[in-house]
Amino acid sequence: MATAHESTTNETSAHSADENYLTASYGLKSWLLTLDHKRIGMMYLMGVMGAFFLGGVFALILRAELFLGTPKTVLFDLNIESLGISMTAADMYNQMFTLHGAVMTFLFIIPSVPAALGNFILPIMIGAKDVAFPRMNLCSFYLWIGGAVCFLLAIVLGGLDTGWTFYAPYSTSTSFGGVFAALCGAFILGFSSIFTGLNFIVTLHTMRPPGMNWFRMPLFLWALYATAIIQLLATPVLGITVMLLAVERVLGIGIFDPQYGGDPVLFQHFFWFYSHPAVYIMIVPAMGVISELISTFSRKHIFGYTFIAYSSLAIAVFGFLVWGHHMFTASSELGAAVFSLLTFSVSIPSAIKVFNWLATMYKGSIDLRTPMLYALSFLALFTIGGLTGLFLGTLATDVHLHDTYFVVAHFHYVMMGGTLVAFLGGIHYWWPKMTGKMYDEKWASIFAVGIFLFFNLTFFPQFIMGSRGMPRRYYNYVEEYQIYHQISTIGAFLLGMSLLGAAIVLLRSLKNGEKAPANPWGSATLEWKCTSPPPHNNFDNPPVVGDPYDMQSVVYDPEIKGFVDRKPDNPNPATS
Amino acid sequence: MTTVATDPQSDHSDHHDHPAFLAHHFENPEQQYDSGKLGIWLFLVTEVLFFSGLFVAYIIYRYFNPEIFIYADDFLDVRLGFLNTIILLFSSLTMAWAVRNAQLNQKLGLIINLSLTLVCAFAFLGVKYVEYSHKFHDGLLPGKHFNPVVHHEGEDGHAADHGAEGSAAANETSEHESSEGIAEHPAEKPIPRNAGIFFSIYFCMTGLHGIHILFGIGFITWLLVRAVRGEFNDQYFGPVDYVGLYWHLVDLIWIYLFPLLYLIG
Repeated sequence: MATAHESTTNETSAHSADENYLTASYGLKSWLLTLDHKRIGMMYLMGVMGAFFLGGVFALILRAELFLGTPKTVLFDLNIESLGISMTAADMYNQMFTLHGAVMTFLFIIPSVPAALGNFILPIMIGAKDVAFPRMNLCSFYLWIGGAVCFLLAIVLGGLDTGWTFYAPYSTSTSFGGVFAALCGAFILGFSSIFTGLNFIVTLHTMRPPGMNWFRMPLFLWALYATAIIQLLATPVLGITVMLLAVERVLGIGIFDPQYGGDPVLFQHFFWFYSHPAVYIMIVPAMGVISELISTFSRKHIFGYTFIAYSSLAIAVFGFLVWGHHMFTASSELGAAVFSLLTFSVSIPSAIKVFNWLATMYKGSIDLRTPMLYALSFLALFTIGGLTGLFLGTLATDVHLHDTYFVVAHFHYVMMGGTLVAFLGGIHYWWPKMTGKMYDEKWASIFAVGIFLFFNLTFFPQFIMGSRGMPRRYYNYVEEYQIYHQISTIGAFLLGMSLLGAAIVLLRSLKNGEKAPANPWGSATLEWKCTSPPPHNNFDNPPVVGDPYDMQSVVYDPEIKGFVDRKPDNPNPATS
Repeated sequence: MTTVATDPQSDHSDHHDHPAFLAHHFENPEQQYDSGKLGIWLFLVTEVLFFSGLFVAYIIYRYFNPEIFIYADDFLDVRLGFLNTIILLFSSLTMAWAVRNAQLNQKLGLIINLSLTLVCAFAFLGVKYVEYSHKFHDGLLPGKHFNPVVHHEGEDGHAADHGAEGSAAANETSEHESSEGIAEHPAEKPIPRNAGIFFSIYFCMTGLHGIHILFGIGFITWLLVRAVRGEFNDQYFGPVDYVGLYWHLVDLIWIYLFPLLYLIG
């Protein structure tokens, strides 16, 4: 079947009215070997959602185990002699939290917005046909698959219980196969991430259309650009670090292993030199999504465009100077004090963004559609996550809060409350463009609210128990923490169900959804000027570049239930 | 990965006057060339950062353990290192020349210069092979495997296996003799604690560099095949240029490795 249709791509020179990238060619091969950024973006989307599901299941297993606490247990001891498997419930717990962290970080959250949404949207936003290097783009996707396979192998080859941070010397002295496979996975995924970033930087530099200078780019692109810089500069350091760790694990070369004269703190420095900037790889593109959502659904020009644009770059730069705050308890006092000071500098550009979003909403005509609900949850949750970060950046309080649930709650507020919520907002926002279908607004917004509420139910108790001393990554706890753990577990399962509900609403729309107009939300960026879903080459004629946030340039047309360009000869049309 | 997408088979349905080498999503050859050039420079940035981890490790261990570096450096053969430096510098010349050939439509010159570069790359690996086998033979291995073989005076076989593993080898002061005639009797000195770390760093740095040479061989072979097919001309020489830049970086890294590893102590 695949071969019968694979030539159609080249032959259909005249676009029929409903020809789009989904129908341009058929067959499995036309997807697996595609160079079309939209199809690669869709494959990435399916991949990262699969990883998210897996990571979510691990999280629920964790929470289920923590519901009862000592001495009862939900997990069971495994002892299958024929397979040589002997694992206590505690071991299994350690593997679950490690895999939850590693899968969510490396396989889901880092590629989520840039590789899935960015891949789809970036070239269309600049009116281009594709990214600069389409084959490298496909290669990046297959590297992602390779990395994912390595992580699955890690489970098979004896599991991984080092935590996602792979700290030496524990990682160099335990579970050989699992650690080695996971390190290979992280190395490969690093290259996947570098290729995506490199592609985006080059595309934005060389393929913008005439008339779109840097300050007429949508802010989502500024965010992706800043992210790509971090990906490019930080990820190679992770590459060499995990490579050295893998060599250390196999050969015992004594770079990180103190047994042979190595320095485990050097590993921590190397690891966080990547992994701190990596949290900005996770959050900055999410901020870009939010800039688009807030402006579109406030029907108002974004406030402080240049401040938001530069703050993305500032975060990218400052992000490289603060890795030491992960090691306050492992580094010199002077170093820790300097890193503590530098850490606060990151809060400035982050706050600039939040204030500009609020100012954009001020006196806007706010439309509480599902993407906007996600944007508002982002504002609330990211602010809580950011402000609690100040406690952790402060040296004196961090010594108390270090490695407690306070840290767990903090980064879940930023990563999940921030990035995941923005990612969901972005999916709902661009869903009509990607699939050509409108989802059920009512149910989608119900689940959006549910996600917000149950997220807080899950993670707010963790701040409380963390500040009271509950350490992270522990399998057991004393009685006094049980109530918080139980609230958290209940919240986690309700949150899981809300997420599942949101996914079902989206998937149902593929079958039952109304056909989407080209511009359902009234946004002025270029991706809404092509049909939904876009044709294979995105635009048959190059679009006219205007101000990406000039909401007055489009007007609602009730006939197609979408927005159309305002005609110059129709100066005062009725707006809805 | 260091090349631009120049897939002539990809969809160019509604395009006219596109030369065969121009990918469908680019407007004109200049845009394609500029994209490739920026892409390769960015890739080289990632390469520098990739190696930077090893350079940082080098700095830290040398700062804290200068005695290991002074001791272990004597085991390296400066002459072989120097020979390899010359080989790589010469190959950079031929590579740069090849780029010029491509720009000037000189097909024969391009083929000759690419071939010369390739020969140099293999020669480099050949010398490296000789060096590595000496080290393996003499037990000059990284980390816990460090176990220098001692040749007693008058014997040329490898007699007594002195020096235990890694840290256990500390403070050995017995009458060791140089395993390589050229070195100035390094083994006569006491073996510092954890001396294997030097060889960890040595093998990681030169090994990673060697892997880059291998990739370079792959790329240059690919260029050579395309050059023989006559695919490059004054309009389209991007891939030669990009691989050239990569090759110069690999050369440049060696220029740092040579003094840092061979010329200390």
